[in-house]
Amino acid sequence: MLRMLHKYAGLASAVLVLVLALSGVALSVMPAWEKSQTPIMVEYNLSVADLATRVSSNFPEIEQIKRAPSGRITAYYFTNGNAGAVVVDPATGRAVADYEFSPIVRWLKNLHRSFFLGDGGRIAAAAGAMAMLMLSVSGLLLLARRMGGWRHIFAPVRGTLSMRLHVDISRFAMVGLIIAPATAIFMAMGTFDILPQQTANPPFPTEVSGKMGVALADVAALADIPVSQLRSLKFPYVDDPSDVYTLTTDQGEGFIDQGTGVMLAWEDAGSWQKINEFIYLLHTGQGAWFWGLLLGLMVLGAPVLIVTGVILWWVARRSRPSLPKGVPAAHADTIILVGSEGGSTWGFAGTLMSGLIAHGHHVHTTSMSRFDPAKYTKAKQIIMLAATYGDGEAPSSAKGFLDKLAALKQPPCARLAVLGFGDRQFPAYCAFSKQVVAQAEKLGWELLMEQDTVNRQSAQDFARWGYSLGKALGLELELSHVPVQPRTHKLKLVSRREYGQEVQAPTAILRFALPHNGLMDSLLGRGWKRFEAGDLLGIVPERAEVARLYSLASGTRDGFVEICVRKHPHGLCSSQLFDLEIGGEIEAFIRPNPEFRPGRNRKPVILIGAGTGIGPLAGFARANQNRPMQLYFGIRHPESDFLYDREIRDWQSEGKLSAVNIAASRIQQSAYVQDLLRRDATGLAELVKNGAQILVCGGRDMAAGVAEALQEVLAPHGLEPALLKAEGRYLEDVY
Amino acid sequence: MKSLLFALALSTAIVLPGAAFAKSVTLTTEMKNYRGPGAYIVLYVTDSKGTYKGSLWMAGGKSKYYKHLPGWFRATRGDLEQVSGITGASVGAGRTLTLNFDLADGLFDAGYKLHIDSAVEDGRDVANDVVVPLTSANAGKPFRGKRYINTFTFK
Repeated sequence: MLRMLHKYAGLASAVLVLVLALSGVALSVMPAWEKSQTPIMVEYNLSVADLATRVSSNFPEIEQIKRAPSGRITAYYFTNGNAGAVVVDPATGRAVADYEFSPIVRWLKNLHRSFFLGDGGRIAAAAGAMAMLMLSVSGLLLLARRMGGWRHIFAPVRGTLSMRLHVDISRFAMVGLIIAPATAIFMAMGTFDILPQQTANPPFPTEVSGKMGVALADVAALADIPVSQLRSLKFPYVDDPSDVYTLTTDQGEGFIDQGTGVMLAWEDAGSWQKINEFIYLLHTGQGAWFWGLLLGLMVLGAPVLIVTGVILWWVARRSRPSLPKGVPAAHADTIILVGSEGGSTWGFAGTLMSGLIAHGHHVHTTSMSRFDPAKYTKAKQIIMLAATYGDGEAPSSAKGFLDKLAALKQPPCARLAVLGFGDRQFPAYCAFSKQVVAQAEKLGWELLMEQDTVNRQSAQDFARWGYSLGKALGLELELSHVPVQPRTHKLKLVSRREYGQEVQAPTAILRFALPHNGLMDSLLGRGWKRFEAGDLLGIVPERAEVARLYSLASGTRDGFVEICVRKHPHGLCSSQLFDLEIGGEIEAFIRPNPEFRPGRNRKPVILIGAGTGIGPLAGFARANQNRPMQLYFGIRHPESDFLYDREIRDWQSEGKLSAVNIAASRIQQSAYVQDLLRRDATGLAELVKNGAQILVCGGRDMAAGVAEALQEVLAPHGLEPALLKAEGRYLEDVY
Repeated sequence: MKSLLFALALSTAIVLPGAAFAKSVTLTTEMKNYRGPGAYIVLYVTDSKGTYKGSLWMAGGKSKYYKHLPGWFRATRGDLEQVSGITGASVGAGRTLTLNFDLADGLFDAGYKLHIDSAVEDGRDVANDVVVPLTSANAGKPFRGKRYINTFTFK
């Protein structure tokens, strides 16, 4: 809801806000510029009486002396019936320059407040300010949500250059981006008489002395007031004995007899006047030139926010696979529901949709989260394409689906088909879709066909399933899906260190140069992404369609891309990587994996890994700054496959690793990491009790062994590994 | 072109003997080619003692700027009732404001004066940009303004 408001308010008002912000920025330098052009007042305590005496001696037909908030003094006078206006040096009372209001400022001001369109334009500008205020406030709330609470609002942000600019600039400019439009709306409400606008307005004296020509120096009311408080002094009209001096100061306004110098009437400025003037100062910076500049600088962020915001919207829109045009849910004979995490399942849904539409079906496609069987009045079949997230959880576009299903009293009339998407490497293969089918069967929902699965986005699996679906529907359905690959970049190998030949575990640490991004690539998010240790590097081997994923052992800040690769006898990808020569290139992309990372706190960390699982753990150690970090590392032989042997020693002496425990399986005192965990049971339990986090990386068997050992170690202390997992204090990256 | 009965436009204080006899008068105010946005101008009448009697026309829609019309504001303290129903748009530089009134005969050759105050945003506030005694002899004669008004004529 908040996100929608932010997005649509932003898109709808982009041009309006852009014009308002840029003209506002241009105007914001004016108070400082005016200040720099103004003669400096040397006599700090100069009184209005003295100033008026000096000025009127130079301009006999003086009409008015004004002091701008910048301190600039202007005199308005007539000579021989001609009106004149000059800027005056308070030290002499003489003119230093002719005064005319700058036509550029006038032009900017009219553009800024009304787009040269009078009252209609003023309303449009006020609407622009309203949009800007809504954007700022909703943006602030979104930011707090994104960063995980107000306390983390200034934490570093991940993402494309557009995203980082958008967030960083809004954090810097937030104050100005709220104050500028809020004060604008306040001022507009004054202009349209929605808020009161009274200023001090004393009654004009009904009786005056009738005398003329009091010496200004003798007027107590003028002698007592320093020039710094003056706003305006109007002189009586020549030859009009009924007229008076009109004095306006910061405090109020009053009339002074021109014969006796007596204050005849006075009224203090009311609270509304003071509020209005303060709002005006906040908005324009007039009388506070430094604030004006600061506000202008902050508002200068608005154009950048608009441009990056539109780019973010455009990139997100483009990256969403485009679906063929469907029909509303109530008119569809076929409902396709998608449960997707990264978006690739939507691509399959699109292929399925096209295939069914080509056979004359009326199809409605939506996310599983928006499951609403009451609407599916004409549906004959409901087809679910469901990916799985993590250990069998619902993917993001299927959140809440199982609850909705559980709440149904009776199954929908339309028959159900479920296709799961997953990766057979993981134990929880298509676990979510299986859960969906189990729950549907419990409800008594009639199945159109047996549940099937697609492994690693296989187009063949999908085509085969499509064939069975066609049979069930009585048509020849041919689904040829072309998977969308993430945009890859060329990575050049710069160094390779080989280990483990002697113990039949050929392993290498491969280091690639960080690809260079152009500005447009960075803004559009199609460049090489920023990454941290623990994220995944996708490598597309030659003569293959599907990428292999490797855990990264470095982050962008290290300045290189590093992975650990174990050579598998028939592994297509690992062989190609092993055969790569220095200077050779591969196609690769980054897939973020923010779940596997040390928590954002200062609590101790226990790193447990074996073989190539050391990769991300080494990356965590390398990036560690003064937080207690222990390493348990399982190898075969210290002389052969001790990956990062040199670095681990260095990190230990630098304090990046507080303790290093190596378990070698092919030496005399053969040991596995789980043995070391059991040996250190008391210390480990103590650490975990104090909030330590456990990160495990390695093969599935090792992870299972570690889990078992940790259960033994922690259970006697009342600590439950499953609970730690739920809290995010026990993380696994297993392959 | 505005056509109003002067007796309606002015406050009731100006009901004069012989007010039933009215003549049609055209007031033409031609602005100078000053630099700046539209001017606020107000036309009002004073009697032989200089006492404010009533307003004929207020050109300018936003009441918060009326305090910049010094003579009128001083006489009325900004009373919006004085110009209720007789306000129009501000008058741009170089433009001409033409007003048509049915004015009471008794207003002429009886010491009444017509005043025009003017003001332009970020410029100067001008009381009595034009002051014209309402006499038959002055009818048709152009009067020069002090600041924003070039000429004013009534006939």
